[in-house]
Amino acid sequence: MRIIPFVISAVVTTGLVIVLNKKWGKVPPMGKFLSPQHGFWQNAEPDDYDYSADLKFPELKGNGNVYFDERLVPHVFADNDEDLYFLQGYIHAKFRLFQMDIQTKAAEGRASEIAGPKAINYDREQRRLGMRFAAESAEKEMEKDPASKALFSAYTKGVNAYIHSLKESELPLEYKLLDFKPEEWSNLRTALLLKMMAKILSSGTENDLAYTNTKNIFTQEEFNAIYPQIPDSLLPIVPKGTVFEHPAIIPVKPSSADSLYFGKKGLMAETEISKPDKDNGSNNWVVAGSKTQSGAPILCNDPHLELSLPSIWFEMQLSTPTGNVYGVSLPGSPFIIIGFNDNIAWGVTNAQRDVKDYYEIKFKDASKKEYWYNGKWEPTQLRREEIKVKDSATVYDTVAYTVYGPVMYDASFPNNFSQKKSLAVRWVAHDPSNEGMTFYKLNRAANYDDYAEALKTFSCPAQNFVFASKTGDIAIWQQGKFPARWKGQGLYTMPGEDTSYNWQGFIPQSENPHVKNPERGFLESANQRPADSAYPYFIPGSYITPRAIAIEHFLSGMNGITTADMMKLQNNYFNTIAEDAMPVLLKYVKESELISDAKKYLDMIKSWDLNAGPASKGQTIYQCWWDSLEIVIWKDEIAQTNPVSPLPEDQTTLELLLKDSTSLKYIDNITTPKVETLYDDVTDALNRASVELAKKEKEGRLEWAKFKEPGIYHLTDKSKSQLLPLARTQLNMGGTGLVINAMEQSHGPSWRMIVQLSATTEAYGVYPAGQNGNPGSKYYDNFVDSWVKGEYYKLWMMKSSEAGNKRVRWMMKFNTINNRQ
Amino acid sequence: MKFFTAIILTGLLAFVGGLWAGWWIVAIAAFLIAILVHQKAGKAFLSGFTGVFLLWAGLAWWIDIKNNSILSRKIAELLPLGGHPSLLIIVTGIVGGLVAGFGAMSGSYLRSSK
Repeated sequence: MRIIPFVISAVVTTGLVIVLNKKWGKVPPMGKFLSPQHGFWQNAEPDDYDYSADLKFPELKGNGNVYFDERLVPHVFADNDEDLYFLQGYIHAKFRLFQMDIQTKAAEGRASEIAGPKAINYDREQRRLGMRFAAESAEKEMEKDPASKALFSAYTKGVNAYIHSLKESELPLEYKLLDFKPEEWSNLRTALLLKMMAKILSSGTENDLAYTNTKNIFTQEEFNAIYPQIPDSLLPIVPKGTVFEHPAIIPVKPSSADSLYFGKKGLMAETEISKPDKDNGSNNWVVAGSKTQSGAPILCNDPHLELSLPSIWFEMQLSTPTGNVYGVSLPGSPFIIIGFNDNIAWGVTNAQRDVKDYYEIKFKDASKKEYWYNGKWEPTQLRREEIKVKDSATVYDTVAYTVYGPVMYDASFPNNFSQKKSLAVRWVAHDPSNEGMTFYKLNRAANYDDYAEALKTFSCPAQNFVFASKTGDIAIWQQGKFPARWKGQGLYTMPGEDTSYNWQGFIPQSENPHVKNPERGFLESANQRPADSAYPYFIPGSYITPRAIAIEHFLSGMNGITTADMMKLQNNYFNTIAEDAMPVLLKYVKESELISDAKKYLDMIKSWDLNAGPASKGQTIYQCWWDSLEIVIWKDEIAQTNPVSPLPEDQTTLELLLKDSTSLKYIDNITTPKVETLYDDVTDALNRASVELAKKEKEGRLEWAKFKEPGIYHLTDKSKSQLLPLARTQLNMGGTGLVINAMEQSHGPSWRMIVQLSATTEAYGVYPAGQNGNPGSKYYDNFVDSWVKGEYYKLWMMKSSEAGNKRVRWMMKFNTINNRQ
Repeated sequence: MKFFTAIILTGLLAFVGGLWAGWWIVAIAAFLIAILVHQKAGKAFLSGFTGVFLLWAGLAWWIDIKNNSILSRKIAELLPLGGHPSLLIIVTGIVGGLVAGFGAMSGSYLRSSK
């Protein structure tokens, strides 16, 4: 033996192995990652991959079969409910494990474990919002009822059965890139996923912190005009003129409200780090048989969310001898969330209601152990949060829980201003509830009564549940648990030193806005305010008005409707707000003061057909012009607050201009000595916009799709730049958040569904991704092109007798070990 | 002759080992074969390198054909290798080959008499 050379080469070999087994910054562990028997090559799914399998599990009570069709949609047939959800859990994990794991970790405030120090503030915010606290109370509620516990536990076991069967080489690609391993599933993680949805949909629907700033610079009257409760052009979900019952609760405004609340000035330094997108919205509508060609109702739904690859949705059919349902599910949760069964169909849009308030807390001292409440020092409950950080030291945080909930903001978070207020969050999502059971019941509902019954316990995130049945009923309920507020309550942060500003009760469920079988033969919701001023409660929210106007406009003029008409409507690009705005812009623009580019764009936009399609140049010019106008009008006023308050809604600005276009005082730029008129502002806005437009035109990007560059990015790629090879970019899509086909840059219709409830159900659907979450599979993004083109797949409600149908490509057999055959 | 025997045996043992153990088994496989089929250090390195290079690049190439390069194109963009699957296959082979080469060299020195 030659000792020295041996030692040297052995050390080099070992060193190489160690270096290549470790992740360096963004570089995955190259040895492990490149090994064709272990690394990413194992995720390169063969074109003719065989998904069929014969599996045995002791957890199963009976046997089940899963048939996969040519689009990789599983049709699950099980002997009983528990087996059904075991199979659903297993299938979700097989195709979407990484997504389930990472989303719930992030929801819990554990992103730093994977992303490192840059996610610490995100994690702290999740914890301070009480996401795990909320999930724990949901888990308790899920497990309180033995029947409910059995369903969720069966799902959990199914997920874990898959995780336990995984070999290192079979780990989803993302684990190999990021170098970590999946964690066991639990009912708590299902609850975390549902709370993540609650945060996305019912946490960004208030602006309490920003409004508290804004009211410093505007009078109450001005504030009400700029952020109005009821837009002039509102077409509510419950048609205008509906008479409401006398309210069961009449909340009383505290006597000190005028001085301590409405009249109080003082700046808020807190801002939210990960405030959900305000455009999280959706469309749904239903037309009665009286308006359709077939005589059967047609139900349509397209929920708008931040799009991602893999998608938030997974399409499947779930069938037992007693129930049969088809639609999209959320990987991480049992049940079908949006879909249809043999008797009914349902869909959801977000209610946009404000169900979250902030209360100012006075701590006795920095220990946060006691706070002043009803005249004495009350103990808080302190929750110590341990945030593990990849490649860095663990971070600890202490969150004080009060009668309202967690104190989200205090002296230690965030820490960049000196005069910190302590703000506790009162959020409906913290209250115990079991939203999953609503879907369990909806999946099995046979008629209107079953549907109405299923909704009753659904608390948060509040949704507009649209409904149609084979018996011809159509209906909509806005369902959620809503605080009964006195007028103005919860628009701003409230005093939290005694009970006087607390929520005084909840609106009784039966008083939630709802309609069944209206005369006009159709119902729609598109995130607008659910009712007009006749509704007897104060219901603030982040409502979106224009899409509902467009939908009503089209539906009311249609008769003999077919599913093809509905497809066209879901893909409609008509810009209804521009229809009202263009006359104002054209009336006030002073052509003589336009620079030459601006004149050119003015001529172009004069012939615009008001459609925001992908090739539309008019839409690009309009959007730039309008956005500039909003800034010209509002920026001088709004910029007085720090952090800057949200701009008024487009709809509000437009309505103000239509109402009082010459004297509107905000038109004057308060930072210049000159008194500007609307003529000046509109002209100035086009001149400013034309600079940007000319730049884009030079790059060949004046068409709307080229201008906004729609894309769908990998789930973890929040920057939309790190994992571009796993994304689909440069999609030929038009749309804005305010047109029916509400595609924005990467946010839009996440599932389009149309169900005609004729004797044989006729259903169509499409979502912008694919069934398989593996980027190495051809089923990763194979629906994207159809979705971009506005094409649909016919949805196949398979019968158990159709196992031999040629659409069945693969079959997974699930057998119980105990069963004798 | 020894050279080719070593290449083939290294590739075979690394493949079989890879079915049971982690990716680093290629180093051990090359090390063991170098002890079994003794060659001078340089030659041992080359045969270890070549054996695993051929194994890894060959397997990757085969997987890539069956996958229509769906994944390799994405990974070759991420790493970044200009999005070229063939470059990614070669890099795969080189990484495995280097580890095996040094493993084999260690084996050769272990058995070497002077």
